[in-house]
Amino acid sequence: MKKQLEVRLSGAGGQGLILAGIILAEAALYDEKNAIQSQSYGPEARGGSSRAEVIISDNEIHYPKVISPNVLVSLTQDSYNKYKGELAEDAILIVDETVEVEADIKHTVYQLPLLEIARVELRPVVANIVTLGAFQRITGCVSYESLETAVLDRVPKGTEELNKQALAAGHKAAGDLLAR
Amino acid sequence: MKKPVLMQGNEACVHGALAAGIGFYAGYPITPSTEIAELLAEEMPKVGGYFIQMEDEISSMAATIGASLAGKKAMTATSGPGFSLKQENLGFAVMAEVPCVVVNVQRSGPSTGLPTSPAQGDVMQARWGSHGDHATIALSPYSVRESFDVTVKAFNLAEKYRTPVIILLDEIVGHMRERIDIPEPGTYEVLERPKTDLSPQEYQPFDAPVDGIVPLAPFGTGYRFHITGLTHDRTGFPSTKPAEVDYKIRRLTSKIEMNTEDIVEWETYNCDDADTIIVAYGGTARSAQATMELAREKGLKVGLFRPVTIWPFPEKALIDIAKDKRVIVAEMNLGQVALEVERILKQDIEKVNKIDGEPITPQEILDQIEGV
Repeated sequence: MKKQLEVRLSGAGGQGLILAGIILAEAALYDEKNAIQSQSYGPEARGGSSRAEVIISDNEIHYPKVISPNVLVSLTQDSYNKYKGELAEDAILIVDETVEVEADIKHTVYQLPLLEIARVELRPVVANIVTLGAFQRITGCVSYESLETAVLDRVPKGTEELNKQALAAGHKAAGDLLAR
Repeated sequence: MKKPVLMQGNEACVHGALAAGIGFYAGYPITPSTEIAELLAEEMPKVGGYFIQMEDEISSMAATIGASLAGKKAMTATSGPGFSLKQENLGFAVMAEVPCVVVNVQRSGPSTGLPTSPAQGDVMQARWGSHGDHATIALSPYSVRESFDVTVKAFNLAEKYRTPVIILLDEIVGHMRERIDIPEPGTYEVLERPKTDLSPQEYQPFDAPVDGIVPLAPFGTGYRFHITGLTHDRTGFPSTKPAEVDYKIRRLTSKIEMNTEDIVEWETYNCDDADTIIVAYGGTARSAQATMELAREKGLKVGLFRPVTIWPFPEKALIDIAKDKRVIVAEMNLGQVALEVERILKQDIEKVNKIDGEPITPQEILDQIEGV
């Protein structure tokens, strides 16, 4: 199969990860790549684990679902436990610092205070955008410019500045982590 | 440069309906079709159309029929349980020959089943869900762009053949978001409802040839006629005369069957040198495409036949492509289109079926091909 990047974003329902998936896929389109976004959710709207999936490719994407993620993002322990299976060999993990990862895990793990940054510096509701900022810095699979455009296209009017700050904050936190 | 648009199949269906000139939508929201109602509630007032949320699916179907009789292009959308409820009035629309579009975004059933999970279990219900002999037109798109195209086509066919047309979307295509470049108006065909050139005194709403229809005169324009679910003659009034009954009921089938070539649509991929043909439609066709690439990389000569119209089924095309070859039908049910393929090809076929709420993966079809 042709090389494509499979991303799984997971967290608690209500954390805005489906929106984050949509924004990520749209940013990939702005970068003139192909992208497909899909989601899986139960009957509950909030509280349960939810996941959004994005496939980014330079080629046509046929099967729209993620089979083995190259990147797994988890904001909660529950969602990590539920969705950590079937990772690609080279998969990387981007998780909130509250998520405990197995000590002997063979994947590269980036642990960041994503929820705390949103809660303390901004507003809890933008944790998804903070996450996207960090995701961009770590993976580089979409350009920052396209991601910011996609964020501004999709967030509610009047929250643009807050979301720009959230994206930048996540980006910076990941940069600091990488520099360490 | 125009920004590329990321859109769900359900949203593309709405844009297709708008492009086709929808004037009326009645519905009762149900997962996984809800986005259709949601978006049309926003969009219909902008185009001077009507959106109404009814008390249930039964009345939604009834309102859709009423609006169509008054001259509007009309649509409703639902999923499995709602599609079941619509069947009685759907049969009325078949009998009274009322153009309308019914979208069924399929989810796992029977009954309330798995509301948020995909399935393709309503293929036979689309064909025979309503009682009595009749033909059906049902289309199943495999991509977001095709959800747009198929919706425009559904309206065209409904108006051309004075019949309900069913769009069998599924949760995979309905909910996935991918790039769509919505075509410019004028680059696709939009059929307006044919108008009668007869005076109200001369007009007979069912005085149609065996392979066709009489243009439906809109109520409220001076044409007064009778509409009923009872079997009727050319005037629209009930009749029990065997010859008239026979003509009417046969025509409900013949007006579609005699125009099959005009209606059917399908796609083939890599079939020229293939010794194995996968038959797949809707969301499952995406898996089959990926399977085909995996198989070709292994040097296996695998092709794909993808019906866009499930009803009527593109029989001739299937025979041309798949007769006497190894045929594998993949679908998210226990073998509904497989029955049709067996009937058409009159040969043994293989099946890949899945009904656990998860999509069929490319590997699962490949395993069947390789005999794993």
